[in-house]
Amino acid sequence: MSSFWEYANPRRFMRTTDWLLPVVAAAALVVTATGLIWGFFFTPDDFRQGSTVKIIFLHVPSALMAINAWIMMLVASLIWVVRRHHVSALAAKAAAPVGMVMTMIALFTGAVWGQPMWGTWWAWDPRLTSFLILFLFYLGYIALWSAIEDPDTGADLTAVLCLVGTVFALLSRYAAFFWSQGLHQGASLSLAPGTRVDWAYKAPLYVSMTGFALIFVALVLAGTRTEIRARRMQALVARERMT
Amino acid sequence: MIALLTRDLRLAIRAGGGFGLGLAFFLILAVLVPLGVGPEPAVLAAIAPGVLWVGALLACLLSLDRIFALDWEDGSLDLLATAPIPLEGVVSIKALAHWITTGLPLVLAAPLLGVLLNLPGEAFGWLVLSLLLGTPALSVIGTFGAALTVGLKRGGLLLSLLVLPLYIPTLVFGAEVVTRGAAGLPVQTALLLLAGITAGSVAILPFASAAVIRINLR
Repeated sequence: MSSFWEYANPRRFMRTTDWLLPVVAAAALVVTATGLIWGFFFTPDDFRQGSTVKIIFLHVPSALMAINAWIMMLVASLIWVVRRHHVSALAAKAAAPVGMVMTMIALFTGAVWGQPMWGTWWAWDPRLTSFLILFLFYLGYIALWSAIEDPDTGADLTAVLCLVGTVFALLSRYAAFFWSQGLHQGASLSLAPGTRVDWAYKAPLYVSMTGFALIFVALVLAGTRTEIRARRMQALVARERMT
Repeated sequence: MIALLTRDLRLAIRAGGGFGLGLAFFLILAVLVPLGVGPEPAVLAAIAPGVLWVGALLACLLSLDRIFALDWEDGSLDLLATAPIPLEGVVSIKALAHWITTGLPLVLAAPLLGVLLNLPGEAFGWLVLSLLLGTPALSVIGTFGAALTVGLKRGGLLLSLLVLPLYIPTLVFGAEVVTRGAAGLPVQTALLLLAGITAGSVAILPFASAAVIRINLR
C-alpha cells in the first residue's frame, strides 16, 4: 500500500502531480466560479447591508486560506526539520507567496467592505491588525528565502523562522486583542449553536471556500513543481561544471 | 562564560560606534518627534509612552547586527562554536552583553527623555520598570534575528524586516503598561504578560538562535 511519505521522493511527486495538477486546477476553476457566480448573482441582498454583503464570498475564503497557508507552511517546515524531505521544504517555499496574496486579498476586500459598512477603510481593530502583522511575517519569510543562496541552508533557516514566527504571530494576535477593542464582528461560521449566517449565503460561501482551498492546492503544487525543476537545473549546471 | 561576557563588553565599549550609538539615536528620536508633532504638552503626554517604547525598540535594532557580524568575519564565531561551553550558552551571553550595552543604558536614559516628551509624573516608575522587564526580550529576540542573518552580505535591512514583527507583542504590552500607568489605571495584567514574554523568550529563544548559528556555520 502506498504511503503519504512516498511523495518525499521528487520523482514520485512529479509523476503523481503530472496528472493531479490539471485535475485540481480544473476543479479549482469550476468550484470557485460556481461559488462566486452563485454568490454574486443568485443570492438576495441583505436587508441591512444591501449588495455589499456579497464581498463575503471573496473575503472569508481568502482570510481562511491566508491562515491555513501559514499552518501548512508550519507543518511542511516541521516535516523538513524532522524528516529532511526536500519536497516538503520546497512546498513551504511555494506556499508563502500564495498565502501572502491571500492575506492581501482579505485585507483589500475587508477595506472595500468596511468603507460603506463602518465608514472607514481601515481601523486599528485587533482582527485587522493581526492580519496586517501576518502579512509582515509572510514578507519576512519570503525575504529570508530570497536572500540565501544555498538552498539547504535557506530551507533550514526559514523553517526555524517559521516555527519561531508562528509563536510570535499567535502572541501578536492576543496582544492585539488585549490592546484594542474590536470593530469587526465575531466568527461568521462556527460549530457553536446559534444562527449567524443564513443558509442562502452559507451554501455558496462553503462552495467558494472549497474553491479557494483548491486554488491554494493547485498553486502550491505548481509552485513546488517549479522549485523541483529549478533544483534539478541547478544540479545539472553543477554537474556540467564538474566535468 | 564570564570571560566571554567581559570580552564582549570590552569590545563593545572600546571598539566604538556601538555603545553610545543606540543612546544617541534614542535621544535624536525624542527630539524629532516633538518637532514633527508640535510642542503642545497634552499631545506629547498622550503619545510619550508609545514614542519612548518605539524609540527603545529602534535603538535596540540599530546595534543588533554587531552581535555576531564581527565574530563571523574574523572567524572567532567558529572557535566559539567549537569551544567547550555549549553554543546556547554563548548565544545567551551574547544577548546579555547586548542588553548591558544597549538595553540597560536605554532604561536609564528613558526617564530623562520622558521629561522631554512631557510624560505624566506617575508614569515614570512604570516606564523604567516596563523597559527593565521588556528590553531583555528585545535583546534575546534580536540575537535570534542576528543569528538568522549572520551569513548574509547585506543582512541589515533584512534583519529589521525579520525582527520588528517579532517585537510586536513586547511593544504592545510594554507601551500598554506605561499608558495605563500614566492614566492611573491598574497595570498588573500588562506587566505580568510583559514579564511572561521576556521569561519565555529568554528561556526558549537561545536554543533557536544556537540551532540557527549551527546551520549558518555548516
